[in-house]
This record gives sequence, C-alpha cells and structure tokens, in this order.
Amino acid sequence: MIVATGVHKRYGTLDVLKGIDLTVQRGEVTCLIGPSGSGKSTFLRCVNRLERIQGGRLAVDGELMGYKTKRGRLHELREDEIAAQRAQIGMVFQHFHLFAHMTALENVVEAPLRVRKVKREDAVAQGTALLARVGLEDKLDAYPSQLSGGQQQRVAIARALAMEPKLMLFDEPTSALDPETVGEVLDVIRDLAADGMTMLVVTHEMGFAREVADTVVFMDEGRVIESGPPDELLERPAHPRTREFLARVL
Amino acid sequence: MQPIDAVPVRRPGRWIAALAVALLAAAVVRSVATNPRFQWDVVGEMLFSDRILHGLVLTLELTVIAMVAGVALGILVAVARMSPNKLLAGAGAFYVWLFRGTPVLVQLLFWNFIAALYPTIELGPIHADANTLITPFMASLLGLALNQAAYMAEIVRAGILSVPEGQAEAASALGLSRAQTLRRIVLPQAMRVIVPPTGNETISMLKTTSLVSVIASSDLLYSAQLIYSQSFQQIPLLIVVCIWYLAITTLLSLGQSMLERRYGRGVARARRETKPMRLPNLAVAR
Repeated sequence: MIVATGVHKRYGTLDVLKGIDLTVQRGEVTCLIGPSGSGKSTFLRCVNRLERIQGGRLAVDGELMGYKTKRGRLHELREDEIAAQRAQIGMVFQHFHLFAHMTALENVVEAPLRVRKVKREDAVAQGTALLARVGLEDKLDAYPSQLSGGQQQRVAIARALAMEPKLMLFDEPTSALDPETVGEVLDVIRDLAADGMTMLVVTHEMGFAREVADTVVFMDEGRVIESGPPDELLERPAHPRTREFLARVL
Repeated sequence: MQPIDAVPVRRPGRWIAALAVALLAAAVVRSVATNPRFQWDVVGEMLFSDRILHGLVLTLELTVIAMVAGVALGILVAVARMSPNKLLAGAGAFYVWLFRGTPVLVQLLFWNFIAALYPTIELGPIHADANTLITPFMASLLGLALNQAAYMAEIVRAGILSVPEGQAEAASALGLSRAQTLRRIVLPQAMRVIVPPTGNETISMLKTTSLVSVIASSDLLYSAQLIYSQSFQQIPLLIVVCIWYLAITTLLSLGQSMLERRYGRGVARARRETKPMRLPNLAVAR
C-alpha cells in the first residue's frame, strides 16, 4: 500500500529524513517508533504530502504522491489532483484538529459533502453510524470544546473514516490525552485493525505496538534503523541504538 | 452550619464618587432643560423634516455601500498580502500603506477633483467625461470604500492568522481544496476575530460619512448645514444631527452583539459561564 524508497526531506539546511525505505502491505498495521526528532511524524506527513519531499520516491497504492510520470519525466500534480489523492488517505493528528466551529456530526460530514459530493441525508446517516461506532452516538451535536480529549480524538477518527480511506495515518494519536482516556482511543484503533484497515501509526505506546502491529519500524535521526515483527524487534532488537531506546521507554 | 454574619468592608470613596457624579448629572440636566437657546421646539420640528430625512437616507446608503465594498475589497487585499507570490503580496502591502497612510478627508477631496487629472475616463466599453461619471456621490463612495478596504484588509488578515494552522491542515488532509478550506473552515473561525472590529468600523464609517459634506454630498450633516445657513439655528440642527447619529449607532451596536454571539459558536459556550470582567473597561477606538 505504501512504498517509500530513499525518501529525503530537508528543512533549509537541516536533513530530517535521510533516505527512508519502507513498505506497508495492504491490510497491515505498521507502528513507527523512535525518539522525538527522529523524523517519524515528518515521514507520516510526507505520505499524504502535507510535506514535500526533496528526494526519493513515495507511492501509495501504486500512485506517486504529488507527481505523475509523463514520457519519463516527473510532473508536479495540480492542487486539485493532490487533494484527490489526499481524500483517499485518512489522517489523525496528535492534537485532533477538529473544526472548532462545527459540531461532532458536522465535522464528520463536512468532507463527504464537499469532496465526495454525497447527498446530505446519506452523509448524515453514515456520520451518525460512524460516531456510534466510536461510542459517541450521544454526542452528535456537541462542539469540540464540550468534549474530552479522548472523545475529540474519537470524533477525529470518525471524521477520517467518513472519507472511506484505503489507508489511515495516525500521528501520535494518544500523546495529548489524559492517561485515563488513552484506552478508549486505542480500543477504536484496535477495532479498525481487526477490520483489516491498512494503518501507519506513529506511537509511543509500546504495549499497543506489541499487541496490534504486524510490523514495528524503529527510526532514529532520519533513518530507519531496523524493522520487524513486534515480538522480534521489541524483545530481541538487533541494533544497539534500538536496545538503548527500548531500555529507556519499556 | 454556622452562618456568616460579618460587617462588610466600608467603601467611603465609592459613595463620594457616586454623589459627585449624581450632582454633576443633575446640574447638566437642569441646564439642558432650562436654557432656552437649545430651542428644543426647533429640534422636535426639524427631526423628521424632509431635508433631514433625505440626508439621513444618503448617509445610510453611503455607510452600507462603502462598508460592503470595503469588506469585499479588504478580503481580496488581505488574501493578496498573504499570497506566496511576492508581487501580489507587495501590491497588497502597498495598497494598505497608501490608503491607510493618508487622511480620508484628503482622499475624498482627491476623488472629487479627479477630473483635473483624468478629464475623460475609459474603462473598456465605458467611455465617459470624468465630471459626469464622478458625481459627488461617486467621489464620496470611492474615497470612503477604498480607505475602508485598507483597514478591513488588516482586520481580515489578523482574523485569518488567528485560526490555528492545524485547522487548515486537517481540512487539506481530508481532501478539501484551498478555496473550500478558506471558505468553510478558516473564514468562519476568523469571523470571531473579524466581527467585533468590523462592527466598530461600521459605526466609525457612519460618522466618517459626515466628511463628505466638504465635497457637497448632501448627507445628514450637509443637509443640516444647508438649513442652518439660511435659518441660523445651528445648535438645534446640530442636535438633530447628533440624535440621528446616536440612534443609528445604538442600533448598529445591538446588531454587532447579535453577530458576535452567532460567530462565537463552539467557543462562546465554554466561556459563557465566566462573569464578564468589570475593570478595566477599555473602549476600542481608532
């Protein structure tokens, strides 16, 4: 589903990603772990082109993100073409970013109405069902400011799912939450995994990674250090830097 | 439960201040009521006279059209100023610098005398003599609207900048276009910051329109001036003018607080429980 080869990203003179090679299979859950500043979140944002890359290739479902190839040359995509690519990729942010002037249901139906041009009653029916699925059937008309962090993040997940994405990106979805609401959000993500959603999750929750991930990728200083199934990478890391990191967080 | 039955703190300063204000108010009311030179009978007679009402209508027309045009142009200038295109951004900044940096009174005079600069005006199919096209009304509108757009551009820009970046990011991650993001997500939230100063600007505009009396646009003030230049009843006519300005600004303030409630959705709810702050009550003035 995601194929990244040699992905480079620079901010000015600062190299944030120094050649990332990473593959995510359809239906798989991949967790990205690593110290802060290692480039995990930046890579995630490159996948749906919230950030441009300066080198390498990054394809989702066989399509290069942000470019098309014509007669052997890369051509930048127009803005509406990039928007169409993004519409098929759901993203959940650390700080939720719910639209503050809209109710939970309005947040969820906005993109289906405006981007997919779904009929209002269909969008509302789908949005209501999605909010029920994340356990918020009684919060349809609540504004984000009236919801707890865990509830806001569940609305954000429902909002991303409403676009029926083929891939979901999670950027530290529980890092901004109170400890007692982390579980409710992880439950929702776990359910999605069980349903076979392809997901790339940046997380600090090692227990969650061990339980849900098919592959865990350890990144440090803009590089993939190693990757593998969770029980292998988390129990018997091959690289000393991985061992050092895990010793600190586990 | 043991009830608290305490002697409240005495505040003699407050009592003295209240007494002083009451005395002053009584003196003013007495003077206004008893001084015959206020000519309240003339005020009553002229308040609804045809010429005053015609002037009032023109003042309202100028206010509404200049504000609507100023807001629309202001949004364009603000978006230009925030454009990644350096030339567009520079043009926006130049516009604000020019129109905010010169007095609106001078700008009004300039538009009034535009025929001296361009005796004929050609804009595509429009071909006209400047003196017939730029009537005092047109010159008033041009001067007020173009000046207002410079102020509105800054207000709109501040509003857009006040919306957290994550909002636009979340919208584009969902596949919304840049225009949809601006219209559906950013501007509605920017309104919370844009509406209060725009209300102030509207009230300010209502009063600024009185400047057009210098280019013989027959607004509320100029109508009153025309009347008292013959009748020499300056004071009662100026009172008539003040009464109308006060009446309209009161209505505008009411409309403004209704709009503010409307655009505070999602934020006001959390805030409503807190008591409004008593001091310092600072008025926003230009």
